[in-house]
Amino acid sequence: MNAAEPIIRIRGLRNQFGTQVVHENLDLEVRRGEIIGVVGGSGSGKSVLLRSIIGLGRPAAGSITLLGEEVTTLSEARRGAIERRCGVLFQNGALFSSLTVAENVSVPLIEHHALDAAMIERLAAIKVALAGLPPEAGAKYPSELSGGMVKRAALARALALDPDILFLDEPTAGLDPIGASAFDQLILTLRDSLGLTVFLITHDLDTLYAICDRVAVLAQKRILVVDSLDVVERYDDAWVQQYFQGPRGRAAQRAVAAQPARQPHPATGP
Amino acid sequence: MTAAGSAQIIGDGERIVVSGDWILEHAAALAARLPEIKRRAGHAFALDAHALGRLDTAGASLLLDLADGDSARISGLEPAAKSMLGVVAGALAAHARKKAPRDLGLLGSVAHVGEALETFWRNLIALVGFVGVVLSALARSALLPKRWRVTSTFFHIEQTGFNALPIVALLCFLVGAVVAFLGATVLKEFGASVYTVELVGYSFLREFGVLLTAIMVAGRSGSAFTAQIGSMKAREEVDAIRTLGLDPINVLVLPRVLALMVSMPILTLVGMLAGIVGGGAVCALALDISPQMFITRLHETTTVRHFWVGMAKAPIFAFLIASIGCLEGFKVSGSAESVGTHTTSSVVQAIFVVILVDALAAIFFMELNL
Repeated sequence: MNAAEPIIRIRGLRNQFGTQVVHENLDLEVRRGEIIGVVGGSGSGKSVLLRSIIGLGRPAAGSITLLGEEVTTLSEARRGAIERRCGVLFQNGALFSSLTVAENVSVPLIEHHALDAAMIERLAAIKVALAGLPPEAGAKYPSELSGGMVKRAALARALALDPDILFLDEPTAGLDPIGASAFDQLILTLRDSLGLTVFLITHDLDTLYAICDRVAVLAQKRILVVDSLDVVERYDDAWVQQYFQGPRGRAAQRAVAAQPARQPHPATGP
Repeated sequence: MTAAGSAQIIGDGERIVVSGDWILEHAAALAARLPEIKRRAGHAFALDAHALGRLDTAGASLLLDLADGDSARISGLEPAAKSMLGVVAGALAAHARKKAPRDLGLLGSVAHVGEALETFWRNLIALVGFVGVVLSALARSALLPKRWRVTSTFFHIEQTGFNALPIVALLCFLVGAVVAFLGATVLKEFGASVYTVELVGYSFLREFGVLLTAIMVAGRSGSAFTAQIGSMKAREEVDAIRTLGLDPINVLVLPRVLALMVSMPILTLVGMLAGIVGGGAVCALALDISPQMFITRLHETTTVRHFWVGMAKAPIFAFLIASIGCLEGFKVSGSAESVGTHTTSSVVQAIFVVILVDALAAIFFMELNL
């Protein structure tokens, strides 16, 4: 696949439940290697958009091209192959509660690859360590983990098959500021070292300012604007202005301004 | 897409050239070939990665394996691949831990028996404690009509009582028929088939009516109590009840216990009647004992004390089943699996306790000549 071609391309997407239209004529392109943040009010359909892309919900109309293939019309088998190249971190982790963390990570490896037990155990341990968990966390059950560790364990499972694209649904929701900031840095490190593309839904302005290369605003049933943060926050729309210029928005800006500027990512920087 | 990953020995084993994609897809094939390559190559070989295609964490882990964990021996890596190797090497170093060996021998099984006994003992203590808690809560709220949860209690009476009527009636009818058949077969040899009436009457009034109902209720309602309270516990709803200044025993347990103590006698009565009707049907169809004769004989030979012996056990069984169901619900922790484990345990314990108490009651009533 051509490196310049967008890794996700959505054209004219339409989603509706009954008579309620969630998305109408929605267009979005995600570039290879970038971290894109999707923001929008509660109920604006961010999670629905994510579910459409990863194939958990079938859109009413429009086309979604994922890794160069049109996924809305793909056969089951080809679709499965594409899905294996996507890692998803669900909002509440969605870890299998009857399995340990290491077993959670092993599930997709066992299902999709004929590897021996030692190799699987080793790969699972690598993923657990990559997600920033201590080795002993692998033997624990999800109910024994704290909120932050559940997110990390879910991230380890999302990374199990070495995906090209990582989808994160509110990864820092419910974490304390220190934990959230550590998680942001972890995502940044993983993107840089594993060459991931990250599609991120968030309400956390700190996350947007800290790690996102581009930000897409989902409002009025479509993507209103998608660009780097300084362009987006000047965008002339009442909701966007309120979102970024509100009391919380300014606090996050100040915090970032106080830190030295981050090096732009080579693939997506200006 | 480039070729599958491979490794080739150059010269007489001082250099190995790796090429192609070292990714998860090819990991199984690579892992199978690596030990052979490693054995054939010399000790101090260098790795040449100029022709390396894509690399992911699985490939990096194998590559590190090939280089005995020393990434400095790999030359010609691109920066991206180098950072991948670094990350994986770091992750593997963190993983350096030993697994505790599992003992599956004699010692293990002895320990298992000990654990099971200890669990049994702890369950018993917990049940006795819980029964005490429920009784004291019952006594306290009995004096305060404001605290009675009438709606909730009636809801559970409907769920556990009325909705269970058809299945309990059907079950008892069928078992009544079976008992009558068995009695008829054995008693015919003595020319005493007519005693089948007493057999069905005694057994259903004293034992089977209440016992079959209790087993049905344990499986149907006791398990439901555990699952309801258990999933509330798992989602911290029970904690929420407590922080709102409410007592979970009052809110969750008392309505269920009281409801079951009302439902169970009703169900038992229906069970007794259905069993006797089942026996009567078999008598009429297979033994030439007409329904009139059946009823007359039942009247003459069976006194009402048999009914009371059976019925007296119903509220006791109801109390035990509901208490065990609720207690197991409170024992649930976190996971979905835990809800399943405790629901199973609730049904097993309830049926066990019911049969145990029934056996003790049988001895008790026999000694009293009832």
